[in-house]
Amino acid sequence: MIQGLSTLKYIFTGQINWKAVIEQSSRFGVSSLPITISIVSMTSIIVAMQVAGEMVKQGGGNYVGMMVALLTVRETGIIMSGFAIISMIGSSLASELATMRVTEQIDAMKVLSVDPIKYLFVPRVIAGTLMMPPVLIVASTFGILGGGLASTMASELSYKAYFSSVWAGLYIYDIKVAIAKAFVYGFTIALISCTCGYIAKGGAKGVGLATTKAVVWSFVAIVIWDLVFSIAFFF
Amino acid sequence: MIKVEHLVKSFYDKTVLKDISFEVKDGETLAIVGFSGSGKSTILKIICGLLEADSGTIQTSEGDIAMVFQYSALFDSLNIFDNISFALQERKDLRKKYSQADLEKIVEEKLKLVGLQGIENKFPSELSGGMQKRVSFARAIVTNPKTILYDEPTAGLDPISSTLIEDYIVRLKETTHASSIVVTHQMSTIMRTADQVLMLYDGKAVFQGTPQEMCNAGNDYTKQFVTSSLTGPMKMLTE
Repeated sequence: MIQGLSTLKYIFTGQINWKAVIEQSSRFGVSSLPITISIVSMTSIIVAMQVAGEMVKQGGGNYVGMMVALLTVRETGIIMSGFAIISMIGSSLASELATMRVTEQIDAMKVLSVDPIKYLFVPRVIAGTLMMPPVLIVASTFGILGGGLASTMASELSYKAYFSSVWAGLYIYDIKVAIAKAFVYGFTIALISCTCGYIAKGGAKGVGLATTKAVVWSFVAIVIWDLVFSIAFFF
Repeated sequence: MIKVEHLVKSFYDKTVLKDISFEVKDGETLAIVGFSGSGKSTILKIICGLLEADSGTIQTSEGDIAMVFQYSALFDSLNIFDNISFALQERKDLRKKYSQADLEKIVEEKLKLVGLQGIENKFPSELSGGMQKRVSFARAIVTNPKTILYDEPTAGLDPISSTLIEDYIVRLKETTHASSIVVTHQMSTIMRTADQVLMLYDGKAVFQGTPQEMCNAGNDYTKQFVTSSLTGPMKMLTE
């Protein structure tokens, strides 16, 4: 809580090291992209394979693209991207800061009169917040494309019919809400991960515990956010 | 100058410092000795602001307080140049004061003072424990502090590296004229670097005097410590 407020204070007063933000953004964006694309695409492919054949048989072939696209943009894309970022980047942030804590590097920073929140939290939290939407957009695009591929393979549905259905069912509103979610998820994951690392205690065990806590609490937090967004925008 | 009066600190229900008082004059070095867990490092952490005392007062000379950590605590993701110039690059009040050329000059100067040159581009993991310790000395004095705290500066080092570190403590005292506190277990560090010794046991000061007094005319505590004896008033915490 205190760390979050201090981070926001630095962000809103413009005390930001943009060079460090760019370094951290590369970590959030570039390094997480392959795994995020793979997970979101596979989830969409699995969904499409499961339902396309049955929907075509029942005469609902025109809705397959719409269903896969809505599911990907509203839920699976963002949730799976979140899980991928938590597993790859959140855990790495937590273990990095926890190691700095147990090896007294954070204490050394304080003694040198440099605020660790400003130096460590601010660039990571900004990078997480800014990079999550582009990751989501790219991963969801691949997800919808993968869903199309799976639908045509699993049923007699054509590409044209699939994509016509995608555009018929997907609204700008859905995309806007998904991007808003991505900003919030990115902020939440980065903040929770940094905080769990920052407050770590003990030696190697403390680092492991901090990493586990970061992953678990980030998962819980984004599922709660998902519920909040669903109630607020789609209920 | 460092003046500590009636310092008390507890962690949960255990009081680790019970009414500790001492004074270190400008340019002097105080060695704090005692068993592990006797509160030595806690005193340093309170003086440099990492911990808050439950009660008591601390006064230090105006200016920065530097601390050399037991395991160096160098920033492992930064090279030696960035480690040493960290405070000058990141502190709000110092950031715009120095150009890149100034930073290079200062880092070179500080590295020279600890007998290390030409390692600016190396990372901490590429250095030995003794070299890391010397880099941490250089980092600590980069802002010309008036108070320097050393937390077991020779821990884990071979005898020759320990002697070298002790020499640098003396050299830094002479060049910076800072007041210093050295937490140590080693007699050689006490004898070679300290002007005064404070011995702690069970959170209390059981001896205060010069290193010579500690060796020659101390009390039962100092006798046991100097002779490394298992018999005496000090019992291991497990007993």
